[in-house]
Amino acid sequence: MALLETHGLIAQYGQFKALFGIDLHVDPGECVAIIGANGAGKTTLMRSITGVIRNVPDQIHHNGQPIGALSPDQILRRGIAMVPEGRKLFPSLTVEENLLIGGQVRRGSGRWSLEEIYSLFPILKDRRRSPGTALSGGQQQMVAIGRALMSNPELLLCDEISLGLAPVVIRDIYAALPAIRATGAAVIIVEQDITRALAVADRVYCLMEGRVTLTARAKEVSREAIHAAYFGEPA
Amino acid sequence: MIWIDVLVQGILLGGLYALFAAGLSLVFGIMRLVNLAHGDLIVFAAFAILLITGTLGLNPFLAALLAAPLMFAAGWTLQRFVLNRVLGKDILPPLLVTFGLSVALQNGMLEIFSADSQRLSVGRLESASIDLGVVTVGTLPLLTFASAVGVIFVLNRIFYTTALGRAFRAVSDDPTTASLMGLNPKSIFAIATGLAMVIVTLAALYLGMRSNFDPSIGPARLLYAFQAVIIGGLGSLWGTLAGGAIIGVAQTFGAQINPEWQILAGHIAFLVVLLIRPRGLFPRAVD
Repeated sequence: MALLETHGLIAQYGQFKALFGIDLHVDPGECVAIIGANGAGKTTLMRSITGVIRNVPDQIHHNGQPIGALSPDQILRRGIAMVPEGRKLFPSLTVEENLLIGGQVRRGSGRWSLEEIYSLFPILKDRRRSPGTALSGGQQQMVAIGRALMSNPELLLCDEISLGLAPVVIRDIYAALPAIRATGAAVIIVEQDITRALAVADRVYCLMEGRVTLTARAKEVSREAIHAAYFGEPA
Repeated sequence: MIWIDVLVQGILLGGLYALFAAGLSLVFGIMRLVNLAHGDLIVFAAFAILLITGTLGLNPFLAALLAAPLMFAAGWTLQRFVLNRVLGKDILPPLLVTFGLSVALQNGMLEIFSADSQRLSVGRLESASIDLGVVTVGTLPLLTFASAVGVIFVLNRIFYTTALGRAFRAVSDDPTTASLMGLNPKSIFAIATGLAMVIVTLAALYLGMRSNFDPSIGPARLLYAFQAVIIGGLGSLWGTLAGGAIIGVAQTFGAQINPEWQILAGHIAFLVVLLIRPRGLFPRAVD
């Protein structure tokens, strides 16, 4: 059974329709990349899965159960955590408090604890008493990832984690991915950097204007196919 | 010498205003909600304490202890089923709803308790005093001020050292992201309003022991609370205590010069602070 499935997922903001029937599935432990240009609907898809945008119950299933109408906190309790676009650390909280907030709802006796997060991102231990938003962009991204891991999710959603960061910083952040996957967690990566997405993912979906234009195994997909799916025209 | 006495009495009076204001400050700090019924809720709590003292024959302190959980439940219910529905980007609906609640509470209390002035009687404590050498202070005002300091100290501890306080700050910063972390902002708002009503009960206890109260005095209490919160800086709890003290001192000094100037002097102090520091004395760094 798929860990997460969407069937004809439709999402809209008032009158504006952003997703037109997305079919997607993620298997346990799998890493799936979602690529697409700005406005393709990637973030809307993440917001739908995590319940920030409420949907029709049957359009999203988790372990076979409909979750489309659940609230974000109910979805987190089911083991789906998100690293939101723009990191969204809490400015009033220190680094450590940001991490603790993420662990306020914990599932079972999973791997992740404060100590484990600090060993994954050692720099955070030195900065643990600083306000979260006083850190550099890369360090803030580490806090955002750590905060999401603290609930011991079985599915981690990473929305644009490399956006606005220097290449060397992005490399450090992606270096944490194997340790995250080693816990058995599945990961969805929303990424503008196609090369990086294809390098780490098992499968890739490309969105354009709220529709899936490509589904492929990351190792097998051709540049031309990606180009056509991304821009809607052949390379 | 007399002026030292006036200063001390003013600071102690400020403790009462800080108690009026602490609940308002808490709720505003967490959910940016200005509760226009706050003063009427203080009067309502005072009547609740009076009712308990009358029915069970308890002294007001014990009656307040019984009233506190009831007021917590009332606050929780009010937030959960009424105020949460109108919270959003637009600040007008919650203002209108709490204004309506204020009017309804005043008229409801008038109907049930009549317009007669009431008082919570504590016997000798009302006139007891302590000689501090330079000045003599009333035991009750001193107790009021100590309670205000205690309330603000405990609220600060809750805010900065507990998981609940962390949750308060997180939902205050960003409710959507907080919900992605598994917090339910609406439940947390309900707990915050419940907590504010516990402080309201304490404020009501001291209000009722210090002076007469009737169903119509809520809005003036709201005004003092509001001024204390704004002088202190929105969302700053220690600032609220300082704000209360400034209003209290201004009022006692005004009254010393001319008894008719007491209330006016408090308002003038408020205006002066606003002119010099429009964001209050201790504004929160992050808004």
